[in-house]
Amino acid sequence: MLILENIEVSYGPIKALKSVSLEIAAGEIVTLIGANGAGKSTTLRAISGLVPSQSGRILFEGKEITNKPADQIVQLGVGHSPEGRRIFANMSVRENLELGAYTRRDRAGIAEDLERGLTLFPRLRERIGQNAGTLSGGEQQMLAMARALMARPRLLLLDEPSLGLAPFLVRDIFRIIQDINQQGTTVLLVEQNAHLALGIAHRGYVLETGHIVMADEAKALLANDDIKKAYLGE
Amino acid sequence: MPLWKRFGGIALVFGLLLLLDHLLYGPSRVAHDQYKEDVLIRCGLAIILAVSLNIVNGFTGQFSLGHIGFYMVGAYVGAALSTYGHTHLFPQLPTDGSPVGLWTSALPILAVSLAGGLAAAAIGFLVGLPSLRLRGDYLAIITLGFAQIILVIVRNIKAVDGATSFTGLPVASQDQALAHVATPHLTSLFWVFLVAALVIWVAYSLRFSVHGLAFLAVREDEIAAEAMGINTTRYKVLAFVLSAFFTGIAGALFAHYQSSLSNESFRFERSIDVVVMVVLGGLGSISGVTIAAVLLTILPEALRPIAQYRLVVYPLLLVILMLTRPQGIFGREEVSRAWLRGQLTSIAGWFSRRPDRV
Ligand SMILES: Nc1ncnc2c1ncn2[C@@H]1O[C@H](COP(=O)(O)OP(=O)(O)O)[C@@H](O)[C@H]1O
Ligand SMILES: [Mg+2]
Repeated sequence: MLILENIEVSYGPIKALKSVSLEIAAGEIVTLIGANGAGKSTTLRAISGLVPSQSGRILFEGKEITNKPADQIVQLGVGHSPEGRRIFANMSVRENLELGAYTRRDRAGIAEDLERGLTLFPRLRERIGQNAGTLSGGEQQMLAMARALMARPRLLLLDEPSLGLAPFLVRDIFRIIQDINQQGTTVLLVEQNAHLALGIAHRGYVLETGHIVMADEAKALLANDDIKKAYLGE
Repeated sequence: MPLWKRFGGIALVFGLLLLLDHLLYGPSRVAHDQYKEDVLIRCGLAIILAVSLNIVNGFTGQFSLGHIGFYMVGAYVGAALSTYGHTHLFPQLPTDGSPVGLWTSALPILAVSLAGGLAAAAIGFLVGLPSLRLRGDYLAIITLGFAQIILVIVRNIKAVDGATSFTGLPVASQDQALAHVATPHLTSLFWVFLVAALVIWVAYSLRFSVHGLAFLAVREDEIAAEAMGINTTRYKVLAFVLSAFFTGIAGALFAHYQSSLSNESFRFERSIDVVVMVVLGGLGSISGVTIAAVLLTILPEALRPIAQYRLVVYPLLLVILMLTRPQGIFGREEVSRAWLRGQLTSIAGWFSRRPDRV
């Protein structure tokens, strides 16, 4: 479904990604783990067209999307729930969700997906008219995910959905990620919380300072001694 | 909205404006009260300026301090067209600047408005480009600089007497003496408020379309907006171009109201006046900005009786308003039935509140 070939991204003089290659098959949950600053968010930004790639190719469902404008990539079926949630704080929950469906014109389908999102995240239904800025951290994360889903993406990019959340909320969020996946959405999950991410993912990639250093089945990574030491704190 | 309702609304606005125009000017087309005309026209122009600026500063959250530059472009381009083009395009217009009948002025005013508006829009496109890379203070400074550049350029254009004031053209005539084509007096209450109604309607249609939320999303968080698939570049440039277009029209209307056009009318302070209207009305609120434009135009007039204190009281009122309502009078809200009901309930609640028991 998604293929990255030797992607390189720089921010001015800083090389954030040096030849990143990875592959995701339809229906999978794939996780990208790595320390702070490894380049995880940059990888997601490159896929969704928020930063340009200096070299390499990105293919989505066989089509080249390298350096296409972000709006076209959304329309092709890639949804991005960015790092730090970035909800529209001065808008209502409903307006946030409507903006998630910005690229769509099929009213009936949008209404259907709104309903689906609110069923997935019942807390959002209770707060539908409320300003998004007044939501708790967990609710804001739910909103960011629900908003990304409103584009009805076939591939959902999630950037650190567990960041700053209480453990019981993190469990909720991860269960919902599995639900979303089972309903047919492929997921690329970026996490610092490697243990949890590998727990729900089918496969994982390990990113270190702009390089992929390991790729394997999630179970195998969980059992790997180096990974245990570096990322699982065991 | 059903068709009859929409056309009914348009007919109502037209009828009302025609009536007001007739009451003010009568068949002679000379305002029976020049002072009243002046204040009303300035209110109308202020509405156009503030509602257009609100599209940039309020909708997309960019900060332009240079809108007076667009106003100036519209004014001079419009005036140049009607004077230089007089013999070819508008021979029916009087050359002495005397009032023109409403229907005689229709086509010429459409022409000068379009010319002024399009010229300003083209320049708005150029100024809008830096806004793609800059935000906030930086953009404000760039736009300010741009308005200053326009001022300097116009000052140096002899063809429109930019250095002094433009009152029309001297033309060689047969009796050796120099005849004169004055800038025609095309603008009347009707045209100014017609354009004001148009710009309010356009702003409302934008705000409550799919694009409205997208504009606000750009203002809130550009990166998130991009991630939603919103082409932030297109929205920012569109806002600048549209806003400059209407501001340019206002300039052309202004030029054909004054009998002489002087660069003094386009000083930097005029930009600030409009920014104040937008901030005071509530960045993004169309009705709020409209009301603020009228209030801030009338307020200095209302304060005339206290003459010398006016210059102190006026800014003081502004400071007090901004301290008590930092989000502007209306914040992001629009004046609607629901809004009025909410305000009335809260006022009623305030009056019926019992003192707290100890
Ligand atoms: N907007 C930016 N401007 C400059 N450098 C950046 C920017 N975003 C990230 N970086 C740098 O790029 C590298 C990778 O960052 P990032 O992709 O955010 O890592 P991660 O998400 O894995 O924590 C880091 O060295 C970071 O400092
Ligand atoms: Mg990150």
